[in-house]
Amino acid sequence: MAMTDGNRSYSVREMIKENKKKQSGQQFVEWLMPKLLLLTATISILTTIGILFTLLFETFIFFERVSIVEFLTSKEWLPWDEKTGSFGIAPLVTGTLLTTAIAMIVAIPIGLASAIYLSEYASEKTRKVLKPTLEVLAGIPTIVYGFFALTFVTPLLQKIIPDLGIFNALSPGIVMGIMIIPMVASLSEDAMSSVPNSIREGALGLGSTKLEVALKVVLPAATSGIAASFMLAISRAVGETMIVAVAGGSSPVFTFDVTKSIQTLTAYIVQVTTGDAGYGTTVYYSIYAVGMTLFVFTLAMNLLAQYISRRFREEY
Amino acid sequence: MEKLIDKQRVVQHMNGRLLRNNVLKFLFFLATLFGLIVLVVLLYRILTQALGWLNMDFLNNFPSRRPENAGIKAGLVGSLWLMVIVAPVSLILGVGTAIYLEEYAKKNRFTDFIQTNISNLAGVPSIVFGLLGLTIFVRELNLGRSILAAGLTMSLLVLPVIVVAAQEAIRAVPNQLREASYGMGATKWQTIYRIVLPAAIPGILTGSILALSRAIGETAPLVVLGIPTFLAYLPRGILDTFTVMPMQIYNWTSRPQADFQHVAAAGIVVLLVVLIFMNSIAIFIRNKFQKRY
Repeated sequence: MAMTDGNRSYSVREMIKENKKKQSGQQFVEWLMPKLLLLTATISILTTIGILFTLLFETFIFFERVSIVEFLTSKEWLPWDEKTGSFGIAPLVTGTLLTTAIAMIVAIPIGLASAIYLSEYASEKTRKVLKPTLEVLAGIPTIVYGFFALTFVTPLLQKIIPDLGIFNALSPGIVMGIMIIPMVASLSEDAMSSVPNSIREGALGLGSTKLEVALKVVLPAATSGIAASFMLAISRAVGETMIVAVAGGSSPVFTFDVTKSIQTLTAYIVQVTTGDAGYGTTVYYSIYAVGMTLFVFTLAMNLLAQYISRRFREEY
Repeated sequence: MEKLIDKQRVVQHMNGRLLRNNVLKFLFFLATLFGLIVLVVLLYRILTQALGWLNMDFLNNFPSRRPENAGIKAGLVGSLWLMVIVAPVSLILGVGTAIYLEEYAKKNRFTDFIQTNISNLAGVPSIVFGLLGLTIFVRELNLGRSILAAGLTMSLLVLPVIVVAAQEAIRAVPNQLREASYGMGATKWQTIYRIVLPAAIPGILTGSILALSRAIGETAPLVVLGIPTFLAYLPRGILDTFTVMPMQIYNWTSRPQADFQHVAAAGIVVLLVVLIFMNSIAIFIRNKFQKRY
């Protein structure tokens, strides 16, 4: 049998040959693509290795100059003086914990209450409008929040607390909390919505009010998801940079007074990198030690969140 | 005959519980409104502060020591230049990773490892990515404080977001489409390239634009890289130094003169307009092209 194509005629044998030629090109693509794609997938692993490598390597150099005991136990962070300088991480950690704690005091109750409202009370329509609008809060650049904290929230708070400094822990903490509300609300709402309706109906059928259903049935059932959302929120607050860099000040003092100027781990890195700490100085290496502390802290929180949501997930 | 259910007694008995329900419902609602009210206050504050400072001169001027002459041109152009690197790099890497994980990878420990790694990367503070960029791109690879160095750093930062968005979009493509394509004799890559990807593109784009708008607003990693804030010229290529809008705003907020607060507010308005524009494109794509199978 032969087919005609214009003036030429092909035998079947020739067609098979043609086809094989085409297929060998195709087979090459089929062989190549998965490998290329695997290569792109390894970039994310390389990124993690890169982060670990840079942090570990430069932190190591830092600890050759400053003893790790001093780093962990000293309560003084005075990095700028090469001779009498002191590198105790405690003031930066308390600064970070202070702003994080304030942020959580704002974000957790308000976020959780929003989640309960959105998941248990709001109609489908209301939820469809409120949830994305609330999430706009999370999309606003943090530098904008920093500006808002410095020029609006701080002056406002100064009217209530007269001896509040221009830079303090309170104002950036509150604003950071507001930024995190949508995260807590959204993740907790997801956890609560996935509690099956049959359980709610059971409780309602026994005569519970909606509030009792929400607090005594849905919340306990969604605990793992809600706890995980808190962990992620804490991690976010610990790693947040621009709000505290703009409105928190730059005084690494070991204090729990929220009206005073403080410095967080992230704000210290910003201060050093915007200043002129020469490459190779102890101050330069100190940002990696601080970065390492930050990384370990947030990684622990993230892993804990993953563990909680996996380990304690209720199966219905 | 005695009534089985005495409604009055029930209401009397339930009163406290119903009241508590209503009061707390109102409180929960207030909590939800709180965030929205702050949003409105924030936008109103910034708009009124920017009023009178936001004009064509502001868009056309370079930074200046005098607030009335300061402009955002260098930052606006710089932010666009940043996208020249971040958009292609993060899209290719992100979508490539997602295709690999969803279409090729077998379910084994290695795949699990990549997946866990990606979700962990998403939780790493952005300033740590700055430290990575400073060491690897600026110092080791000697790229300097260039658009390329900053763009690569930002690409790695938004990569996890794009991967997750692309994975969801690819997963949402129904299997019948793939099976039909194989049934016609198409190969695996042909199926992915001509069937799966086109169907997943709206979802991928929506997620990617949101990720890119995050890159435009992000400040911390660029501060760490040491991107300058005061540039009176525009970059010509990807190896030039540059500045971006958030960096300029950061610089303005930290200046002592009161008038710079207005300049910062005007800069924020421009930044927010760009972000709203990008977000509306994302919403438009989602509404227009998202198909339900």
